Amino acid sequence: MGKRTALYDLHLAAGARMVDFGGWDMPVGYGSQIEEHHAVRRDAGMFDVSHMCAVDLRGAGVRPLLLRLLANDVDRLTAPGKALYSCMLRPDGGVIDDLIACYLDEKWFRLVVNAGTADKDLAWIKEHAKQIGVAVVPRRDLAIIAVQGPNARAKAMPLLPEGAREAAGRLGSFFGTSCDEWFVSRTGYTGEDGFEIALPAEAATEFWNGLATAGVACCGLGARDTLRLEAGMNLYGNDMDETVTPLESGLAWTVALEGTRDFIGKAALEKQRAGGPARKLTGLLLLERGVLRSHQKVFSGAGAGEVTSGTYSPTLERSIGFARLPAAADGTVEVDIRGKRSPARLVKPPFVRNGKPKIEI
Amino acid sequence: MSQIPADLRYTRSHEWMRTMPDGTVEIGITDHAQQSLGDLVFVEVPEAGRKLTAGDACAVVESVKAASDVYSPLTGEVVAGNPGLATKPELINKDPYGEGWIMRLKPSGGAAAESFDAAAYEAVVAAGG
Repeated sequence: MGKRTALYDLHLAAGARMVDFGGWDMPVGYGSQIEEHHAVRRDAGMFDVSHMCAVDLRGAGVRPLLLRLLANDVDRLTAPGKALYSCMLRPDGGVIDDLIACYLDEKWFRLVVNAGTADKDLAWIKEHAKQIGVAVVPRRDLAIIAVQGPNARAKAMPLLPEGAREAAGRLGSFFGTSCDEWFVSRTGYTGEDGFEIALPAEAATEFWNGLATAGVACCGLGARDTLRLEAGMNLYGNDMDETVTPLESGLAWTVALEGTRDFIGKAALEKQRAGGPARKLTGLLLLERGVLRSHQKVFSGAGAGEVTSGTYSPTLERSIGFARLPAAADGTVEVDIRGKRSPARLVKPPFVRNGKPKIEI
Repeated sequence: MSQIPADLRYTRSHEWMRTMPDGTVEIGITDHAQQSLGDLVFVEVPEAGRKLTAGDACAVVESVKAASDVYSPLTGEVVAGNPGLATKPELINKDPYGEGWIMRLKPSGGAAAESFDAAAYEAVVAAGG
């Protein structure tokens, strides 16, 4: 039996199909995955993402710690509440995890890390934190609910604690605000507007039920996957892991190599960048019927590679995916789908943003 | 809970069979199978005239989650594949035992896959098959 979130019983009562995800029993869907997907693109949907782990880092040394641990530059975070997406790297540049870091004040940052990597992340962070006296506090007492879609904020706002409502209404993209134990941020993993809300686990049921009453659709990890793929967002474990660097994972934009800041993995990335990474992560659009799936072989003029994530795109009604290919790959490639080679075109993600296609079909 | 009509025969790999008045057999996948697969997005049905042996992979049903083969429960010749599935794969989700049929087969009397009545199939599903 896997770990359970505070909303586990509610998922069962709503008829969810439960699957193991990173050691947690999580809802993959409540009915039609495609309808859940469309609900987020067109209206509002909610996801229980309490399996992800919020980690509070507290102490005077927290900024120097994150300047060293993260490939992106937390010195870009100067306004309280501002958040940043970053990879955390091994010395050889391999990706330990990808995460969101939010600046609350000079003695408090909050990270949100992936479920399946939380234990190793915590061990890694603690090892470096103890040298500079920063406390590392995983917040398993919190539930996390993502409310996403064009109408998500309007539907969620009246249900927030009174003290957080006004500030939440004024949040810019990638900003968060805290009120007591609630933390509301204007972030997400779907390519739509919305909030991710960390709240005390004991308040989660009432909030979830309130959202349902407001007409927010329950959505599972299945829809979350098709949404994030359309939005061109990587999934740790599929699209990158410890064997590849951000430069080979379409994440060069998250790495701050400029300046004298020395973060773990920097030397390896500088070396790789100087020589030119041998591989890249690219978007794929399948030109025929069928569905791209992870681990399918891809053949390009520059050599072979593999699909890292693939799915059917409910918005485009075509199959899309990511593939790791030789850096020189270009144009059209062939994908081995169940023994048959099907043509696919390299495209630059995102595929869909804010309900609109971003690539030519 | 999935529907298991009492008047059909079933296989361990979750196909159903309905014997038609003209002796042909209509074949599809069960409600349990479509529920496990989730929203179907592509279905490849066999062409009329194709000769099948029991156990042959004869169709592909692909959902958002996964691709899965459909196996012929009987030996015989395909009389028709369901033409509606090319543009409306979701017929299998909506009506697995009706409009979502996959093919009609004229049995030759050759080998057949192990098959079950509704009660026995329910036990197969309950056992996690």
